[in-house]
Amino acid sequence: MSTPESTLTETQLAAFKKAVADGPIDHDGLAAEYDADTKTYRIETPNHQTNFSADELTVDAELAAYITNWYFYTYEVSTAVNKAFCRWLELADDHSVPECYDALESGIDREWGQLRVTTTISADGTRHYELRHVDDSDVDATTLTTHTNPFDAREIGTLDETDRYRPLRTAPSLKTGWIFPDLSAAEVYEAVEAFYPATVVNWHREQRGELDVDHWRDEQDRQSGIYNLITVLPDEAVDWAAAACCDDSQCLKRREWQLSADEPLDADGGDGVFPCRGPCSMVVAAGREWAKLERQDTQTYEFELTPSEKEQLEAIIDAVADGEVDEIREADVSEPANRWRVRYLREKRVDDAGNLSGTSTHPGEQDDT
Amino acid sequence: MQSLVIVAHGSHLNPESSTPTHTHAETIRETGVFDEVRTGFWKEEPSLRDVLRTARGDDIYVVPLFISEGYFTERVIPRELRLEGWDPELWDSDGISADTATLVASDIDNAVHYCGPVGTHEAMTDVLIRRAVSVTGDEEVGEGFGFAVVGHGTERNEKSAKAIEYHTERIRETGRFDEVKALFMDEEPEVDDITDQFDSEDIIVVPLFIADGFHTQEDIPEDMGLTDDYREGYDVPAAVDGHRIWYGGAVGTEELTADVILERAADAGAEIGNAIARVRQQTNPTTGAAGE
Repeated sequence: MSTPESTLTETQLAAFKKAVADGPIDHDGLAAEYDADTKTYRIETPNHQTNFSADELTVDAELAAYITNWYFYTYEVSTAVNKAFCRWLELADDHSVPECYDALESGIDREWGQLRVTTTISADGTRHYELRHVDDSDVDATTLTTHTNPFDAREIGTLDETDRYRPLRTAPSLKTGWIFPDLSAAEVYEAVEAFYPATVVNWHREQRGELDVDHWRDEQDRQSGIYNLITVLPDEAVDWAAAACCDDSQCLKRREWQLSADEPLDADGGDGVFPCRGPCSMVVAAGREWAKLERQDTQTYEFELTPSEKEQLEAIIDAVADGEVDEIREADVSEPANRWRVRYLREKRVDDAGNLSGTSTHPGEQDDT
Repeated sequence: MQSLVIVAHGSHLNPESSTPTHTHAETIRETGVFDEVRTGFWKEEPSLRDVLRTARGDDIYVVPLFISEGYFTERVIPRELRLEGWDPELWDSDGISADTATLVASDIDNAVHYCGPVGTHEAMTDVLIRRAVSVTGDEEVGEGFGFAVVGHGTERNEKSAKAIEYHTERIRETGRFDEVKALFMDEEPEVDDITDQFDSEDIIVVPLFIADGFHTQEDIPEDMGLTDDYREGYDVPAAVDGHRIWYGGAVGTEELTADVILERAADAGAEIGNAIARVRQQTNPTTGAAGE
């Protein structure tokens, strides 16, 4: 398997000669060393092993692929995390360089949250990254808004499709309609980090087995000020909170934090590519609210409802919790959470004081209305 | 390799809260004096907890985009950044003189330079004056004008009032405006009584806040009587009780604030060349380069 398109530039060849003269190269299946005494290059790839005299170094297409690959990862990608991310984008750990190059000719697609990154390659091994919303995968690029500055990603990710603020950048509510057609390795990293801050660095720590997880109890211990209140949130409520907030339908990070390292939560952590290493500020703020609410004791109420009304209330909870209210058609009164159905229920079952079925929230206390 | 990390509060509710942080980060990025400019937030992402690991410099300068010293700069930010051995005493500050402290951040096992907040730097006075220029459109504005610096007050943080008084005094010392006064939202002298506080017919009002939000866009305009309902907007200048009030909104949105961030980093040892001069020129509203 070869990639006849691969060609080495003079700069790359010079860099290769200089590097190998300074010391052996061992990179992605390419092993090269220079014997100064005999003025000989010894170059080995999985399929070939060749000795060249110093002035007769000839590079065929397959060797060019190996050398341009080495050059790209040595000189065009500057940090370890950027390098690891680019390798993940092109599945470099799963394939040989020629296999990878073949696939890069037509483009390798990877998904990072709601982002689709397509990596392609030039003859000299330079990678090009195209970034768009995964839901725009099959959309004609000319119909999408083109961006070249990777930092534009922050602004694209600020509001959702309906112009509502996205305080949680990793919520699955990224809007469509944009494209970064040709980013460099450094730029694709910046763009992805601007869409999903710190996800690549934390993924990289996890890849190296070094992800530091802050569990809920760590978070409780660290808080001060108004967030001290989360220390009184019952343990079972932390499970409800994780199930409510950290589900894949709400956040694309894969929750790795638990109650503590020895006390796993029952809630599913999700299947995201990138990990969540600790309760985010949204979860902490919500936890504070629930801590306040959980201080109340339960109370037995008696309500008069028909079976369909009880089911309607449950369906309304589902519709709100699953974000489906806006999908219910205006005239579809068969839907329990349809606005007219709910308004009808309110007319029938909620009294002027706002009490369901006329049942006071605080029986025995003076009704403040 | 040097990195600048701007840390700010951010908001779960108001997307405008972090806009100044990002705008100033971009202005500084364009100067090219830092190899990278990162941002981190208490309420947004990346979190303060994660922001240092996104920076790769050997020399990392952390500048809090906050108005005053206090709970956030002294307690929350150092804790979340994991600055080992942090003690507010390291700043040796009288409440408005925090400069810099160098500590190892255990998250990255690297020393970082933790700077005092933007709001108490002396260069912030220039930003307040620059806002007077941008709100009036007059490079020479001063004579015949009163200037009110508005702050929250001491209810939540006594150092916040100190910062207001500090800049008020510095503006007064320039002698540029006929009258300069500090007004507060929750203590005397109150912003509600602004027209009683000034003799000048024209009064420039600039809140010492980082970002526009409900205080600067709703409370203060209504308290001063610029409008009965903030949703209906107000004129600049607006006529109130025989005065013309030139309301400027949060000073932190003034593009020159980027200069103060640079000053903080430079005070801590960052090499920034002539970036301050360039930013001053570029963000000057009367040169037409900014705010278009």
